[in-house]
Formats: sequence, C-alpha cells, structure tokens
Amino acid sequence: MRGSRSKALHDRALVNCQYSMATFSTGERKRRPHGDRKSSEMTLHLKQTFEAAILTQLYPRSQIDIYVQILQADGGNYCACVNAATLATIDAGIPMRDYVCASSAGFIEDTPLADLNYVEEAAGGPQVALALLPKSDQIALLEMNSRLHEDHLEQVIEAASKACKDVYAVLDQVVRDHVHEVTTLLGE
Amino acid sequence: MASVVLSEAEKVYIVHGIQEDLRVDGRGCEDYRCIEVETDVVSNTSGSARVKLGHTDILVGVKAEMGTPKLENPNEGYLEFFVDCSANATPEFEGRGGEELATEIVNTLYRIFSNESTIDVKSLCINPREHCWVLYVDVLLLECGGNLFDAISIAVKAALFNTRIPKVRVLEDEEGSKEIELSDDPFDCIRLNVDNVPCIITLSKIGCRHVVDATLQEEACSLASLLLSVTSRGTLTCMKKLGNGSLDPESIFEMMETGKRVGKTLHTSLQKILDKEESLGTTRQKVGFLG
Repeated sequence: MRGSRSKALHDRALVNCQYSMATFSTGERKRRPHGDRKSSEMTLHLKQTFEAAILTQLYPRSQIDIYVQILQADGGNYCACVNAATLATIDAGIPMRDYVCASSAGFIEDTPLADLNYVEEAAGGPQVALALLPKSDQIALLEMNSRLHEDHLEQVIEAASKACKDVYAVLDQVVRDHVHEVTTLLGE
Repeated sequence: MASVVLSEAEKVYIVHGIQEDLRVDGRGCEDYRCIEVETDVVSNTSGSARVKLGHTDILVGVKAEMGTPKLENPNEGYLEFFVDCSANATPEFEGRGGEELATEIVNTLYRIFSNESTIDVKSLCINPREHCWVLYVDVLLLECGGNLFDAISIAVKAALFNTRIPKVRVLEDEEGSKEIELSDDPFDCIRLNVDNVPCIITLSKIGCRHVVDATLQEEACSLASLLLSVTSRGTLTCMKKLGNGSLDPESIFEMMETGKRVGKTLHTSLQKILDKEESLGTTRQKVGFLG
C-alpha cells in the first residue's frame, strides 16, 4: 500500500490505475501527458474494468498498480490499453476471472465497423467501446459517443463482441506460447 | 530519482571492487554498458529515437511545428524541451511525483543547447520576425536503471539526427503579403547537422576513483558526481556537480580528462550507428518495442 493508508480496503485489494499519453503520441502535440480531464476519465474506466476482472478478494488491504503509457495514438486507445493491461496482469501472476478483451466499433453508411482508427473516430460518427470477459460473455465496460438509433445498437455490439473474441484468441495464444517457452527453458 | 536500498556490506563490496578497477558486472571504470539505439520508432513525429542503456530506457520524439520567433532572436527558430517521467519507470512517478526530476533534466538540456554552436537555429527561420520552425523535443522516461542523463543526451542527439523538417517556400505576391507553401514531395525535407550536439557524460565518484555509467547500485554508493557535456571534438561545453558529497579540485581535473576521453569515443560509436541506420534506409528491419 503506497501513499495514504486510509484508502486501503479491509476486504479486498485496491486497483490503482494511471492512463498517460506521450506528448508526441497524437498528430498535434499534446501539452499535458496526464492529469487532464480525458486522461482522468480513461483512468477511471480502466479502474472500473479491472476491478470487475481481478479477484480482489484474495488480497485485502493491498494495492495493485496498473500504469498505462500510450506511445502512439491512432484510434482505439482505451481498447489497446485494456488488452495490454490484461496481458500485463497475467504476466504479473495476478489471478483474474477471465481475460478482458476490448474493441471499439462504429456505424458508418449503415455498416457496423469493428476497431476504428483515428480517421474513422474523427469523422464524428457513433462509436462504441466494449470491454468483454470472453468466456462468459459478460460486459465489463460499455461506452457510446454521439448518436446511434437503438435499432442499430445490437448490430454494433455484435461487431464489437466478435472483435473482442478474435482478440481473445490472439492473447490466449500468446500467453500459452510464452508459458510453453518458459517451462521448456526451465527444463520441466 | 529511483533508488535502491543497499546494505552496508553490499556498498563495501562495490567500493572495494572499484578500487581494483573491477565493477560488479565485470566492466572497467571507463566502460559503458551495452547501448542499443534505434531511430524512427514513432511514425507520426518528425524524428524519434529510443535508447536502451542497460535497464535505462528512454524514448525521445521531436515534432517540428511552425511558430513565431522569439523577440530577442528574430532570425532564428528554437528548441523546446519537455520531459515526462512515466509511472512505469517507478511508482513514485505517479501523478506529479516525477516533476522534480523532470524539471532538473529540462533545465540541464536547456543549458546545454543554449550554446549557439550546438544546433544551427538560423536554418530554422522561415520569415524573420514572423515565422520559424519550433522543434519540440519530448523525452519519455520508460525505465530508470541508473545514468539517466547520458542516455537522454544520446537519445536527443539521435532523434535530432533523425528529424526531417519539410521544406517550405515563401511566396510573396504584389501586395507584399507572404504565403508559405509546403513542398508537394513528402520526402523533400531539411535535415539538422548534429555534429556539434554534445553528449552528457556523468562521472560518479566512488571511494577514491570515479566511474562512468553508474548503475543504480553504484549511484547509491557514490557521494558526488560530475556531469559533463562533451562535444565530438572533445570540447567541454557545460559542467555541473551533483550530489551531497564534496569533490576536491584535483579529482575534478582528473574527471574532466576522463570525461573528454570517454566522450570522444562515445561520439564516434554513436555516429557510426546513426550513419549505418541511415545507409540502410527503407530496407532497415525495425525492431521497435517488440524485439
């Protein structure tokens, strides 16, 4: 527990996040890497997402720090952060209910699009960010911008879920390969 | 700054080893750890470089933007430095924790680059008193493994070498109003001459000898360090003493001689790597962060 011990929770671990963007990450130079409104909002979203996934009951009166640093931003910042933080938490050996995979989705010209890039995000259309626990299909975070007709919502969430499951397949393969390599090196 | 806690026995071990010119990892007192430099890692910057010096990891991005020249130098562009200590390096840097260190590094960089022979700022001027190029040099500390200043100066030099500033033409029409036209060819750009950009060499005094490129453990044993800014010709442009201990003048002269020697070798090696990367051009295999 670092800093104020008063924030310690008696029955579970505290998840502390920080979302920071490098000043050269965006097309236009960003003056403050963290501490501005958008970064604070992202920090809270990450905290909410990981509190849903990490088994915090196992570590009462402790703190888990998750620091994310964006080196280059080209759309889907939050989603890339969640995917990276999932792998980092697994690498740290912190027990989780399931992987947390995230993807963004949008709706342009009556077509749902998965994983929007910067140009598509800047176009101003509706965007949905979805963080999913793939095996149980449970949603950890759902966020939407702009205007979207409710008839289209299901299609867009469907596109995002499918993308999340694809990401899950990739992450799972990477973790399994790594564990295989490590155990082979250990000679077991 | 990130620090490690060492027991007395460990400190004695390090100090005695250094008396015999043998450091914990087997280096001599004037040897650097293995340095990895890679340029052009961030694509939406004008120039970038990443330096890994042992466990120290630095990423520098240079963005060239148009601005107005400063009043005291109307015919020159200028450089603006910014340092961000990432919380990934050490949790103490969370929130505003890294600001003190960042300010110290920024002030040192400004002092070194305030010398007019370092970078030709006159070439950054487009229209005197009206338009000039401003180079925003942003340093990101990803990991602290000792010897931050050296790694940062190497990264800044490499990033400035890699910087490509688009060529602009000033068109003047009959009324006298000036228009700035960007060249159509995206590869048409001006490069900076970094021959005179100095590198920082930090010499830490441990026991009665001094070492180059101290690790975190060695920094914990040193009482005082001398920070020298050395150009490729061996000229000293800036000097600063860090730390709580005191240095006597003879050791300072010895350290200056070592610094000049080490600085010249560092510059030649760095220039060799940068030229090699440049000659490979687009065929170069980029390692980036997943190597």
